Amino acid sequence: MSMTGISGNTDATLVPPPRTAAAGAGGSGVLTLTRPAPGPRRRRLAIRLPRLARRALGPLAALGLWQLVCSAGLFTSVEVASPVAVFDAGRQLWDQGSLQANLLISLQRVAEGLSVGVAAGAALAVVCGLFWVSEDLLDPVIQATRAVPILGLVPLAIIWFGVGELPKVFLIALGCLFPVYLNTYAAIRGVDVKLVEAAQTFGLNRRGLVRRVILPGALPGFLTGLRFALVGSWLIIVVAEEINAQSGIGYLIMQAQATDRTDIMFLGLAIYAVLGLIADALVRLLERRLLAWRRGFGGA
Amino acid sequence: MPAPGTGPMTGEAVIARDVSRSFDGRAVLSGLDLSIQSGEFVALLGRSGTGKSTLLRILAGLDPDYGGQVLVPQRRAVVFQEPRLLPWQRVLPNVALGLRLGSGGRAGLTRQCLGALTEVGLAEHARAWPVTLSGGEAQRAALARALVREPQLMLLDEPFGALDALTRTRMHLLLQDLCARHRPAVLLVTHDVDEAILLADRVLVLDDGAIRRDAPVGLARPRDRGHPGFTELRSRLLRELGVAEPAPA
Repeated sequence: MSMTGISGNTDATLVPPPRTAAAGAGGSGVLTLTRPAPGPRRRRLAIRLPRLARRALGPLAALGLWQLVCSAGLFTSVEVASPVAVFDAGRQLWDQGSLQANLLISLQRVAEGLSVGVAAGAALAVVCGLFWVSEDLLDPVIQATRAVPILGLVPLAIIWFGVGELPKVFLIALGCLFPVYLNTYAAIRGVDVKLVEAAQTFGLNRRGLVRRVILPGALPGFLTGLRFALVGSWLIIVVAEEINAQSGIGYLIMQAQATDRTDIMFLGLAIYAVLGLIADALVRLLERRLLAWRRGFGGA
Repeated sequence: MPAPGTGPMTGEAVIARDVSRSFDGRAVLSGLDLSIQSGEFVALLGRSGTGKSTLLRILAGLDPDYGGQVLVPQRRAVVFQEPRLLPWQRVLPNVALGLRLGSGGRAGLTRQCLGALTEVGLAEHARAWPVTLSGGEAQRAALARALVREPQLMLLDEPFGALDALTRTRMHLLLQDLCARHRPAVLLVTHDVDEAILLADRVLVLDDGAIRRDAPVGLARPRDRGHPGFTELRSRLLRELGVAEPAPA
C-alpha cells in the first residue's frame, strides 16, 4: 500500500480558502455604489405641457366625469344638471341679458365690500401693531366681534341698513376685515426685531422704520389675509343675496329653486367657483410681483 | 437713563464711566470704565455671558436702561454677527438705509453707496436680493452699509463668527484695509483671541462686569500668528479667559 491519498492522486487540487460573507453581495469585496439622488431620475413627459394646461387637467377630468354620470342617467335632470345643460342655461340667460346684469351687481358688491373691509382691516392692524395703547383698547373688541358668526348678523344688518346695497356691502366688508386684520397684525408683530434694531442703529426714525422695515416685513401676512378675505367675501355674498336681494348671482339661484331650474342653480355655483379661482390667481400674481425677494421652496 | 450723549471733539471717541446694567436684578455690568481714542482699534474679549454684547448695545444706543455716564460720537455704525440686511430690498438700497439725501441728490447717494460696495468687492451685486448672497458676501454688504456713513465709531459684534475660516481670513484682511483707509474708532467684540490680537491696537478682557485686562498689542503689522510676541500674548489672554493651553510638546 502506498501512502498516497485515497484516490491515489498525488496532485493536490487548489481551492480558495473559505471567506466570510461580509465582503458584499457579490463576494468580490467591492462595495455596491448607488447614485446619491433621493429617488429615481425623473422621466420627462414626452410633451412638455405649460403649467396652466397641467393645472387645468384635473378640473377638465372632473367635468368629463360629471357629464358621463349625467349622460348615463344616474340622476334626473332636476337632481343634477349636466355640464351641457348648465352651459345651455348660461347661454340662454346671457342672451336675455340677465346673466351679465346679475354678475355685474354681484361683482360690484364684492368689490365694494372687499375694498372697505380690506382697508379697514389693514388700517386697524397697523394701528394696533404699532401702538400698544390702541392694541389694548381695540384688539379685545375686534377679537370679541370676530367670535360672532357674521351670517348671524344678517337680520340685524337689514334692520340697520334696510334692504338695499348697504347691508350686503356691510356684511362682506365685515367678513373681509377679520382675516386681513389678524394676519397683518400677526405679521407686524412678527417682524424680526433684529432687523428693526439694525435699522435703528442706521438712524431710521419712526416713520422710516414703519415704511422701510415694518410694513414690507408684514406684507406676506397681509397677502395671506387678502386671500382669506377673497374666499370669505364670496361665501358671504351667496347668503346675503339668497336671503334678501332682487339681483345678483345668489338671487338667480334662489329664483331657480322656485322654478325647479337645477341647471341655473348649477350655473350660479359654477360662476362662483370660476370667480374664486380668478381671485386666487390674481392674489398669486400679486404675491409673485411683491414678494420677489423671497426664495421659498418651489415644490418638487 | 438717557441714550448715549455726543462725545466732545477731543481725541476720544468713547468715554464710559462707571457704567452698570442689570437684567432682573442680576448685574451684568458694574463699575465699567472704558475709553477709546479716535482711530483706535480695540478688541473686547470675554467668556460668553460676561456682557460684551450688552456693552456694545449700550454704545450703539440700542439700550437706554444703563447706569453711569457714556459718551459716543454722532456717526456710529454697527455690524452684527448676522448681516441683518432687509430681505425685501436689493443690496444697494440696503447700503443706503437711513442715509439722508446730500447735495448730490439721489444720483450722488447711489454713487456713494456703489463706492462703498466697490470697496468691499460687491459692486456687481448691487442689484441682487440679499437671499442670493453667500454668508461672506452678505457680511461684506453689511460692512459696506456701515462704512458708507463714514462712521467715527464702528461697533462690530462678532461680525465674522458665523463665517468659515477661509472667508474669515479674507474678511480680516478687508477690515484691516478699510480701517487703515477710513480710520474710525473700532470696538470689536469677539470670542476669538487670535482675531483680537491680529486686528486690534489694544485688547480688553471683560469679566465680572468690568474691564479686567487692558493689553496693548505692540506688534508690527501685518502680524504673524507665529511671532513669539503673538503666541505669548495669546497664552496670557487665554489664561485670563480661564482656558489652560496645553504645553507644547
